[in-house]
Amino acid sequence: MLKTSTTNVVPEKKVEAKNKTKFRLTANDKYYASIFAGPSLFLLGLFTFYPMFRTLYISMFLTNTFGNTTLFVGLENYVKLVTSPDFVSSMWVTLVYVVGVTFFTIAMGLLLANLASQKLPGIAIFRTLYSVTMGVSVSVAAIFWLFIFNPSAGFFTLLTKLLHLPTVNWLSNPTMAMWAIIITTVWMHLGFVFLVFLGAIESVPTTLYEAADVEGVSKHYQFFHITLPMISPTLFFISTITIIGSFKSFGLIDLITKGGPTNATNMLVYRIYNDAFFGGNYAKSSAEAIILTIIIAFFTYLQFKFLEKKVNY
Amino acid sequence: MINIDERKILKNLFSYILLIVLAVVILVPFFIGIWTSFLPTADILKGNYFSTNISLTNYLDAFTKTPILRYLGNTVVVSTLIMLAHLLFCSMSAYAFVFLDFKYKKFFFALFMVTMMLPGEAAIIPNFQTVKALGLLDHYSAMVVPALTSAFGTFMLRQAFLQTPKELKEAADIEGLNHFQIFWKVILPYNRISLITLGAYSFLGAWNSYLWPILVTFSNESRVIQNGLKQLQSEETFNNWGMIQASAAIIVIPTILVLFIGQHYFKSGLNEGAVK
Repeated sequence: MLKTSTTNVVPEKKVEAKNKTKFRLTANDKYYASIFAGPSLFLLGLFTFYPMFRTLYISMFLTNTFGNTTLFVGLENYVKLVTSPDFVSSMWVTLVYVVGVTFFTIAMGLLLANLASQKLPGIAIFRTLYSVTMGVSVSVAAIFWLFIFNPSAGFFTLLTKLLHLPTVNWLSNPTMAMWAIIITTVWMHLGFVFLVFLGAIESVPTTLYEAADVEGVSKHYQFFHITLPMISPTLFFISTITIIGSFKSFGLIDLITKGGPTNATNMLVYRIYNDAFFGGNYAKSSAEAIILTIIIAFFTYLQFKFLEKKVNY
Repeated sequence: MINIDERKILKNLFSYILLIVLAVVILVPFFIGIWTSFLPTADILKGNYFSTNISLTNYLDAFTKTPILRYLGNTVVVSTLIMLAHLLFCSMSAYAFVFLDFKYKKFFFALFMVTMMLPGEAAIIPNFQTVKALGLLDHYSAMVVPALTSAFGTFMLRQAFLQTPKELKEAADIEGLNHFQIFWKVILPYNRISLITLGAYSFLGAWNSYLWPILVTFSNESRVIQNGLKQLQSEETFNNWGMIQASAAIIVIPTILVLFIGQHYFKSGLNEGAVK
């Protein structure tokens, strides 16, 4: 960095600059680093690391109703969880939800992005319309869909009546309640996923498609053998963030089904929340939180690894 | 030749039909929600969607009989504070990781990365106890203080700061600027697009957060809009669907307008990033 000194700089100044630079790169950096990185480190320590260790700690104790630890029990809370049919069914429900949401979000996102990547007059309007759910927050999505699923006046009830089909009571039927939550989640995420896929599809070199056209390859075949492999990094990225997001899902469940009917949509985070703040069982809730952490950490790690690999190429 | 043209037109027609059908499917919840927000609740409950009793009564009711404006105000304040805090603290820590040399730098950076793997949902019990001990419950600060910084934001800005041209840093060195000056006058202005992106991301994240605010707020004075709608829906207004739909519309219409206007800038921002 000191090579920048030029001949028209007077010697005194040069020395001064040299000293300053050297000074800054050694002793002073420590002082600056504590000012620059200190606040963030302190905050992350207090609100991310401390609670993680605290949760791990609580999960190995019995607790009273105030959340104070009373008796060390080791892994007993975990053993209790994995042997309790209630928790196992909750994990299954979460898994069904995660798989359902991820599958339908990606399938619908790809379908929309592929359609909207065609070069047709007026296609810009459709692109805007398809991305519209990006502006929808959890509570708005829940309200709109709660009304659609409403058993007496909802849109689906009206539709089934109109077609003389048997009416379905969406939110009191365990299977349909799960579908209701999946549909709402997919709808809410679709706008964002569509835009990301559209960007990826548009960046595929057109020469590939032109070559395929010359060969007389069908569009269907082109999609599966050109588009999909070319956008596979984006596909992986969207899959992992959708999986992570679905494992952490809470708001829609709280607003639409409250975990019901009969625990049919009682997923992991909803259980953590209920066991701690309504059940008063902090130890159980903490053990569940640690299980959630392990799952999320695993998928985030996968994503980091993949991104690293991509950068290296 | 004519045959090929006809086939092309037919294919396009099919594409348009599919495009329109899918657009309708996606937009139906909006249409129904916004349309019913103009109808009297009595008609909605009868399933009479084609009622002609259109009025703005539901909107007037929502504004005058519910604390929805208060909820919106609370959310704007909390989200703005979190956004500003992220911009400041994340850019500061990112600066330290890129431009400063200090002991255990790699270790501290690894800590930041690990933080990104830990879900906040799993930390609610100790964090609730911390916030309670600090006496912050049911205040804006209960939502703002734990969210003052973000590991993801730091990581994102670090990646951006790493791209800063060497010449810029060297010029600042020659000028004899100290780190505060370099940070404020050189690095932040140069990375303004990344800062805008992080700002938008943080604001939206705070705007949409649901679980943490529901734990730490109990009164309308501090309640945010995401929890407020649940409150409206569960309180006296239980079956007043017209007013609830109006409340949802009041929240969603501004965001969608911003999105439509912002999309143009968003796109050009993406392009700019690509050229770089």
